[in-house]
Amino acid sequence: MSQTQSVIAPTALKTKLSVDRVSMVFERDGKQTDVLDDIDLEVGDGEFVCLLGPSGCGKTTLLNAMAGFLSPTSGEIRVDGEIVRKPDPRRIFVFQERGVFPWLTVEGNIGFGLSKLPRAEREKRIAHYVKMVGLQGFEKTYPQELSGGMKQRLEVARALAVNPDMLLLDEPFGALDSITRLIMRGELLRIWEAERKTIIFVTHDIDEAVQLADRVVVMSARPATIQQIVNIDVPHPRDISSQRYLQLRDGIFQQIGLAHKL
Amino acid sequence: MNGFSQPGRVERVFWPILATALLLALWCYSVRWSGTRVFPSPVEVERGLAELLRHHVLWGDIVDSLRRVAYGYGAAVAIGVPLGLTLGWYPAANQVVNPVMQILRPISPIAWIPVAIIFFGVGDDAAVFLIFLGSFFPIVVAAINGVSSVPAVYRHAGRNFGLTPPQLLAKVLFPAALPQILVGLRIALGIAWLVVVAAEMIAVDSGLGYLVIDSRNSGKRYDLVVAAILLIGVIGLVLDVLFRRLEKLRSVRWGFRFES
Repeated sequence: MSQTQSVIAPTALKTKLSVDRVSMVFERDGKQTDVLDDIDLEVGDGEFVCLLGPSGCGKTTLLNAMAGFLSPTSGEIRVDGEIVRKPDPRRIFVFQERGVFPWLTVEGNIGFGLSKLPRAEREKRIAHYVKMVGLQGFEKTYPQELSGGMKQRLEVARALAVNPDMLLLDEPFGALDSITRLIMRGELLRIWEAERKTIIFVTHDIDEAVQLADRVVVMSARPATIQQIVNIDVPHPRDISSQRYLQLRDGIFQQIGLAHKL
Repeated sequence: MNGFSQPGRVERVFWPILATALLLALWCYSVRWSGTRVFPSPVEVERGLAELLRHHVLWGDIVDSLRRVAYGYGAAVAIGVPLGLTLGWYPAANQVVNPVMQILRPISPIAWIPVAIIFFGVGDDAAVFLIFLGSFFPIVVAAINGVSSVPAVYRHAGRNFGLTPPQLLAKVLFPAALPQILVGLRIALGIAWLVVVAAEMIAVDSGLGYLVIDSRNSGKRYDLVVAAILLIGVIGLVLDVLFRRLEKLRSVRWGFRFES
C-alpha cells in the first residue's frame, strides 16, 4: 500500500485538536460496553478530517466527546492545548437537519448564537450567512416549510455564524437524497475553502469520506480503535474517476473489511 | 369520491346549519308531542332569553362568570407554567412532588367546594379558588411533559451555543415545549368553564351558574334555565375557538398537525 499512515497531523499545520489515549465505557443496567478503545489522533488547524466506520462503531461517541457533550472514561481531548470539559461555541456540533429550531425563522436560527452582538452587526452576519448557504428569500420562513437540504444548509449557517474554529459534523447529509447529498458536499467544500475552519466529519459513506477529507480515519467495529489513517493526496476539485482516487477508495474498502469484489 | 370528504365553502356552512335546524325541530316537536308543561320549547327559551336581556341581568352574569374564570385560570397559568417548566427541568424535584400531585389531580374541583367555603367564605374568592384548582393540574402536567419530551438535540444545540441554564430554559426548552403546553392550557380553559358554573351554583349569587339554579328555585322558570344552559355552551365554544387560533401562530404551528 502506498498510503501514508500517520497519527500526527501534517507538520505544516499547527495542532488544533488532540485526542490522547481516549477510551469510553458505557454502563447500562449494570452491563458495561466498551465503545472507544485507546484512541489517539491529532488534527491540524484548518484540516478536514473524516471519521469513517460502520454504523454503531462509536464514531459519533468520539465526536460527542470532542464537542464536550460526553467526557471520556479515560484519556484526554484537548483543543488548542486546553482540555475539553464542556460544550463551547468555538466548536459547533452540527446534527442532521433535526438540529434546527422549528420555532424560529431562518433568520432567527442563524442569529441564535449572536444575541450578544449589537443589532446592526448581528443583522449583517445573518445576511452574510443567509447568502453563503443560498437561502436568500427564505429569511422569514420557518424550517417546517424548508426541504431537507435547505434545513441542513440552515444548520451549517447557524454554526458558522458564531465564527467557530471547528465544526463537528455528525453524518450531516445522511438523511438527504443522493443528488442533494452530492450538491451539499460541494457546498461544504466551497465553504471550507472560504472559511478554513477545522472540520471533523463523521460518515459511514466511503465515497463521501474520500471526496471530502484531507485525511480519512478508518475506525474498526466496536470497541472502536483507529484501524488506519489515509491521506487523500488528491487536490480539490477531485476527479472521482482518476487513478489515484480509485486506488485510495479501494484501499479503504478493503481496509474496512467489506467484500468489495463479491 | 363522496361529497363529505372535501367539503366546499357552501357545504361547510350548509350542513352544520341544517343539522342544528333539525335538532331544534326535533326538540320543538318532542315538547309538543309529549305535552310537557315543565320543559320549554325553543320558542319559549328564545322569549326567556329576550326577557333576560330586557331586564339587563344577563350581561352582568356573563361578565361575572368570565371575570372569575379570568382570575382563577390566570393564576393557574401564572403559577402552573413556570412550576411545570421547573419540575420538567429538574426530574429530581419532580419525583419529590409527583406523588402528592398524582393524588390531588384526580379529585374533582367540585369536591373542594366545602373546603373552599371554609377558607374563603361564600363569595367570589371561593369560586376563583375552585377554578384555579381545576385548571392548575392539567397546566402543570402539560408543562412537565412538554419540557421532558424536548429532543436532546435541541438541548445540546442550546448548550453548544453557550447558553446558561436560565437562558436554555427561556430560549430552548420553553419554545420547544410550547405546543404541548398550549394543549394543556386549552384543556384547562375548558375545565375552568365547567367549574365556574358549578361553583356559582353553590358559592356565590351571580353568574351564569347562579342564573341556572336561581331560575329553577324562584318559580321553576325552566325557559330561563335552558336559556342559561345554552348560553353557557355558546360561550364555552367561543372561548375554545379563540384559543385554537393561538395554535396557528407561526412559532408554534410546527407542533400541531392541521388538515391539508
